[in-house]
Amino acid sequence: MKNLTALLLLLLLSFGVAASEGVELQDANIDLSNNASLQRGAKHFVTYCLGCHSIKHIRYLRIALDTDVDQKKMLKDIAPEGANIYDQLHSAMNGHDAEKWFGTQPPDLSLIARSRGADWLYSYLKSYYIDPKSPRGVNNLIFEDTAMPNPLWQLQGDQYAEPRKNIWGHEYTTLVIKEPGTLSEGEFDIFVNDLVNFLVYVGEPVQLERQRLGKYVIFFILMFLVLAYLLKKEYWKNIH
Amino acid sequence: MKRSRITECNDWFLERFPLTKLWNEHMAHYYAPKNFNFWYFFGSLALLVLVNQILTGIFLTMNYKPDAKLAFDSVEYIMRDVNWGWLIRYMHSTGSSAFFIVVYLHMFRGLLYGSFKHPRELVWIFGMLLFVALMAEAFMGYLLPWGQMSYWGAQVIISLFSAIPVIGDDLSLWLRGDYVVSDATLNRFFAFHVIAVPLALVMLVFLHIVALHEVGSNNPDGIEIKESKDPWGHPVDGIPFHPYYTVKDLVGVGVFMLFFATVIFYMPEMGGYFLEHANFIPADPMKTPEHIAPVWYFTPFYAILRAIPDKFAGVIGMGGAIVVLFLLPWLDRSPVKSIRYRGGIYKKALMLFVISFLALGYLGTQPATPTATIFARIFSAIYFGFFLLMPLYTRWEKTKPVPKRLTTVHSLEEQLPALIEEITVLKPAATEIGHTAFKGSSFTRQPNPEGIKNVISRLAKKAIGSLD
Repeated sequence: MKNLTALLLLLLLSFGVAASEGVELQDANIDLSNNASLQRGAKHFVTYCLGCHSIKHIRYLRIALDTDVDQKKMLKDIAPEGANIYDQLHSAMNGHDAEKWFGTQPPDLSLIARSRGADWLYSYLKSYYIDPKSPRGVNNLIFEDTAMPNPLWQLQGDQYAEPRKNIWGHEYTTLVIKEPGTLSEGEFDIFVNDLVNFLVYVGEPVQLERQRLGKYVIFFILMFLVLAYLLKKEYWKNIH
Repeated sequence: MKRSRITECNDWFLERFPLTKLWNEHMAHYYAPKNFNFWYFFGSLALLVLVNQILTGIFLTMNYKPDAKLAFDSVEYIMRDVNWGWLIRYMHSTGSSAFFIVVYLHMFRGLLYGSFKHPRELVWIFGMLLFVALMAEAFMGYLLPWGQMSYWGAQVIISLFSAIPVIGDDLSLWLRGDYVVSDATLNRFFAFHVIAVPLALVMLVFLHIVALHEVGSNNPDGIEIKESKDPWGHPVDGIPFHPYYTVKDLVGVGVFMLFFATVIFYMPEMGGYFLEHANFIPADPMKTPEHIAPVWYFTPFYAILRAIPDKFAGVIGMGGAIVVLFLLPWLDRSPVKSIRYRGGIYKKALMLFVISFLALGYLGTQPATPTATIFARIFSAIYFGFFLLMPLYTRWEKTKPVPKRLTTVHSLEEQLPALIEEITVLKPAATEIGHTAFKGSSFTRQPNPEGIKNVISRLAKKAIGSLD
């Protein structure tokens, strides 16, 4: 028994050591019930992302219904010029050009929040820094040599990577904004958070509805369970 | 009195079809041991999940497109634009994981109480065939959403066949219908997933149950209830399956549905184990993911495959891990069935086996680092050791005497009042001065540290003692 416990402990330790690597991600504050944030996120997406990235699995109508925006207002304020309320959010850029310009086709972002996770997206969008060695002039701390240029640089300002040492002498990189952008640091965080919040919503538009419904289903099952239990007890009372 | 039309129709039918006979043989007059515990829920639950998979599967098929260009988008179409499509799809995807959880527990029940032993060898064989069919069903179903993990998982597993000498390459080509996993593969997997394998599953379930009802159910005591019968020829320790176990299984169904619904409505991805994150990226034959891991229910076998350095030997090892399960009824030489009367060796061996199975399952989800590989080898050795050394250790072990009749174990529900009595102490309720008397209910129960300590030490002693 003792050997076994020791073996298990050893096992746990070795896994623990192996697991602690990689850059730490920042926490995104995801709240799908915050319609104002989702609306801002939709607006940001159309302005800064839709030029290259589609989110073809959702339509303007669905966003309008889910985030409680009037359909006319949706078309006027959020959707690009000439969009129809039933349109899916397709990018206008064609794949052939994209391949020529970026070396790869910008992926559809409908499910990006489900494959990468909200925290990754949030950290990624905030971790661009100026890197003269890179062909695009920028690089990213979370996703090195990413093919995507930083679409938000005007807002964030010029960010640089600086090597630092912590008190144990380990080297790490920190990002410092040297030339402020049009948004303050706090405003930029909210901006990126809204965008990521919107992408999480797009990843699974039914999420809130699913959670709302779950309560009723589970309540019903609990009632069923009580009845089933009482029925069983009644039938089994003479079995010893 | 004039007979009603309905009764006449009824009789007409019953004269031509043995419905009453079937019902009696398998439900109303099928005598099952009366001491089934919660481990015996998982058989009926497996049937429930099978029905869930078939029904939700039919609805998914109505909107799914088995075409490499359309498959991924059609799944998202189901998730977003088909009314209630998301619920049906989550029921199906969660159902597949639930199927394996339920089946693994069902099989473990067999290991606990020796349900695979004489005279139930054939029940076990049919069950194992069901398990293999289920794995095939799950493997092919996993390709259908056409995500990155679907694609590369299938690519890795099919390429294993090419490790077989001489015929390997041709065999894997024949399975895929192409040199890589492609539209042709997707189409044939769809055909197998929606019709061929489900048919085999349903037929095997039928055989499994018929074989079981011929020999009768085992029980936690591992004794044959048919050996003591009352003057009417019914087993004294048996009760009719219907209504007793139908109503009892309903309780199991309720508890299961509670868990099932919680996953569907609140954690359908289950942290990336039920729906893998990388599978939300469409399949791309040009981009191999950094880390390819099968879904959690295959990972113990995948870990065994990776633990063995040579590819072909690895394939043999992985196949062997399943083949040894088939041989279980003949590997076990113990004269008793149930773990209750077995010796300490089997109990410890079973515990090691469970630990190694879980550990292999975990290792299979992780990248194969050198340390992880060493651990995977150790656990693979324990996995095979459990089975291959069984003829030896089950013969040596000292078994306990088996009772003639079923023993009664008090359920938690019956033990609860005494337990509460033991861990609490009655104290007069603290009331204001001058108001103490007259009220009979002015006593409160308070935790009794001494009693709690006693209960814990007794349970610990029992747990340690039960290993001998």
